Amino acid sequence: MMSAQFKTSKPIYSQIADKIVQQFVRGELIPGEKLPSVREMAIQAGVNPNTIQRTYGELERLGVVETKRGQGTFMTEEIDMKRKLRSDIQREIIALFIENMRSIGLEDREIHESVQSFLNGGESGHD
Amino acid sequence: MIELHHVTKEYGKRKSLDNVTFTFEKGKVYGILGPNGSGKSTMMKIMAGLVYPSKGDVTIAGKKADRKTASNLAFLASEGMLYPGFKIEQMIHYYHSQYSDFSIEKAEELLTFMELDRHQKVSQLSKGQQGRLKLLLVLSRQTDVLLLDEPFIGLDPMVRDTIVQGLVSFIDFGEQTVIIATHEITEIEPILEDAIILESGRITAHCNVEQIREEQGLSILEWLKSNFKKGELV
Repeated sequence: MMSAQFKTSKPIYSQIADKIVQQFVRGELIPGEKLPSVREMAIQAGVNPNTIQRTYGELERLGVVETKRGQGTFMTEEIDMKRKLRSDIQREIIALFIENMRSIGLEDREIHESVQSFLNGGESGHD
Repeated sequence: MIELHHVTKEYGKRKSLDNVTFTFEKGKVYGILGPNGSGKSTMMKIMAGLVYPSKGDVTIAGKKADRKTASNLAFLASEGMLYPGFKIEQMIHYYHSQYSDFSIEKAEELLTFMELDRHQKVSQLSKGQQGRLKLLLVLSRQTDVLLLDEPFIGLDPMVRDTIVQGLVSFIDFGEQTVIIATHEITEIEPILEDAIILESGRITAHCNVEQIREEQGLSILEWLKSNFKKGELV
């Protein structure tokens, strides 16, 4: 995750937070797993440690991670968190998809049909 | 803390810096951005105590910038730091003999990190290796201020990433005040906190890097371009 991989539309700290959330939802990070220290994470990502401090702070505010004094930062063990995050991401993906489909002029009914036929393994396009 | 107070530097009739007032806060990482000839190097040399302002004054932690304040400051200059006849290890020993804050241990770590061979002669090094050696020499010192003048010049993108990681690994964030003058911004952006634009010897804009992304959705390069008149930036 080096400099070139950051998008301009969002602060770097929140892009790194998004990435951690995605890894958690995909199971690449497991509940209770220890995250790298601020310094290590900064080196991996090639960013200012203050940025990681903000990332961890934001994730802690959201309840995604927990900082234990003198021990470090850990992924939450809260049972519902993963499900909640997954549905948040799901909603975001859908919102973006619907926005894109509408922007190319599709009616909701057509979007529906198009998704249905795609899932059925048929043609995804709709004219 | 480094303070520039109404600093002007004239070379003959040309004003390289024109009435610049700015405060660099302790422990932060700044980028000074701007095209060639905008006064970046002059500003760096003035803070390094190597050049004196024609008007105004520069203070570092309350003391006037001169050769004395320079002892607590590491300066990566764009030229003239390396001796072609020396081997890398001789350069390291030379710096160690000149600066009491130079840490041989840190230099050893950096040799490994930067993948440099201590027995190689400076004159035989590629541009990328020279850039890495210069960075090794300044990062091995334990100073309150670190000034880097065009640390990426002539380096290919792979080497730049190594240098950025070297900076993140070896800068003492929150303690060292780091000022990086560059016109190659993309690689360095994620480690900057604040950026300043220098244009014809004047500071024309100042921003917090994350804030620009948050509020305007711009990278620093895009912000820089939006702050320049069309065609002025190389």
